[in-house]
Amino acid sequence: MPSGYVIRKHEYYDSVFLMSVNKRLSDTPGIEESAVLMGTEANKRLLDQIGISSPGIDSAQPNDLIVAVIGETNETVADALENLDHVLKMMTVGGPVSSVRTLKAALERKPAANLAVFSVPGEYAADEARRALHSGLNVFIFSSNIPREQELELKLLGRSLGLLVMGPDCGTSILHGTGIGFANRVRRGTIGAVGPSGTGLQEFTSQVHNAGGGISHAIGTGSKDLSDAIGGLTTLAALQLLEDDAGTEVIAIVAKPPGKETLQALLNRGRTLMKPLIGCFLGIEQASIFQAGPIQWGRTIDDAAAQALRAAGVETKALAEVSDSEPKEQLDSIRSGWKRGARYLRGVFAGGTFCYQTQQILFDAGIAVYSNGPIDDAYQLSDPALSQEHTVVDMGDEHFTLGKPHPMIDSTERARRILVEAADPGVAILLLDFILGYNAANDPVGDLLDTIQEAQAVRRAAGGDLTIVASVCGTPEDPQDLGLQVKMLSEIGVLVFNSNARATKFCVQLLKGQVV
Amino acid sequence: MTMDDQGNVLNQPLVVINVGLKSFAASLEEQDVEVVQVDWEPPAGGDQEMIDLLNELI
Repeated sequence: MPSGYVIRKHEYYDSVFLMSVNKRLSDTPGIEESAVLMGTEANKRLLDQIGISSPGIDSAQPNDLIVAVIGETNETVADALENLDHVLKMMTVGGPVSSVRTLKAALERKPAANLAVFSVPGEYAADEARRALHSGLNVFIFSSNIPREQELELKLLGRSLGLLVMGPDCGTSILHGTGIGFANRVRRGTIGAVGPSGTGLQEFTSQVHNAGGGISHAIGTGSKDLSDAIGGLTTLAALQLLEDDAGTEVIAIVAKPPGKETLQALLNRGRTLMKPLIGCFLGIEQASIFQAGPIQWGRTIDDAAAQALRAAGVETKALAEVSDSEPKEQLDSIRSGWKRGARYLRGVFAGGTFCYQTQQILFDAGIAVYSNGPIDDAYQLSDPALSQEHTVVDMGDEHFTLGKPHPMIDSTERARRILVEAADPGVAILLLDFILGYNAANDPVGDLLDTIQEAQAVRRAAGGDLTIVASVCGTPEDPQDLGLQVKMLSEIGVLVFNSNARATKFCVQLLKGQVV
Repeated sequence: MTMDDQGNVLNQPLVVINVGLKSFAASLEEQDVEVVQVDWEPPAGGDQEMIDLLNELI
């Protein structure tokens, strides 16, 4: 198939911008595949994999833009590349204008700055963050793929300077009511939160808000912070900050299980903490935490939110809990639509924490489930692209996101997977998540609406119903209009819940009552 | 120095330097936070030897 490329020397663009240009190019009629990326070694390998290589590409540098397309005819390829200037210009409109190129220049412009946010390629992030710390700035590092030893070094440096190091691989923080990175818009209140996972914090803070409570600060720590290699340095610093903060009355930690030594350090810290501490460590063996201790445990994020609200004395609106027994008639009616042989659940998630929490709830209910990010290694999918029996997939996993946008921004890969699952006659339930908030997709439900309807049509044509269950993480204050997002799903027959835990518990009831 | 000192980000209103994704700066502006955007590029054109040298100098 005809292909072509252009290289623009010394034109650097950020990854979100490149993705939006790529999306625009790949939607061009006659274009089969396209790639818009900077000339890093990893990107050049990706191009090679799709059959585009040349000495010109080999010599491209990380600050050179490469645009490559594969099209139906030589003409479509040439047209697409000639149109590039127009697309770049059109996509550039609207972003903040800046003439500042370095941290030093930025500090001269804003000497009162107290936080630097980094979303640069991982290989450069540690150097930049170190400079920021030495300049007296707290840091939020969204960048990932930073070696452990560099993370440790940055966090030790932060500690010695009395500065907070959120990240690397930090998706979410809310400081003073301001969402940084991927964050929901929540009211201020007396509950402080700490956690390594962006979606974990998003779900917790949204639950608190939706139940009538508020967040003092939510501090993201980075995905590796609770490993024994890092020892929870940022988590411990965040606990100290929240303990000292007059506006915080209750503190919650939402995370995957810490390393053994780090868990012990947290328990020790919990004993001296002057404020109530709620802990939710998804996937941890129940027995290992129910030793008498200073932490009140929540099994799910919802439990942790409910406990935090209680501890903060917030009179909550009724948290719509899925009761242990939904009306039998409703469950029977849903199950009666399933064709014989349709019995499995497939979860296709944008949020890694949701994928993880769903597994915990299923295993707790005695239902084994496979995953590409398994809670139990015995249930590792041998190929992330292929589901088996009950399966939940984290579409944010590297397998799906290498050189491609995260599913919270772009639903293309998730749409593909949903249709694959719908075509499998063994599948009875499709479980989805939708995540709202700053920096997430503008219309997460709208982006997948056609796909969901196509999935329903595919199943109807094959006979029987596909039950689609979804949770929406967000608040009515979010930019995406929570009410409208829920309505769009409900109108096409999707069963919508306001938390991942509730949606999953509903699925458990459907699965448990099956006559096999 | 401890967290009680002036570096404590919870004791002062946020003033942010955003290095990288412009969309992050845009969402901060939307929330009325003071932010300065740094249009970052790989230092030394991404040449690792040159970067190491620069890091020693800076």
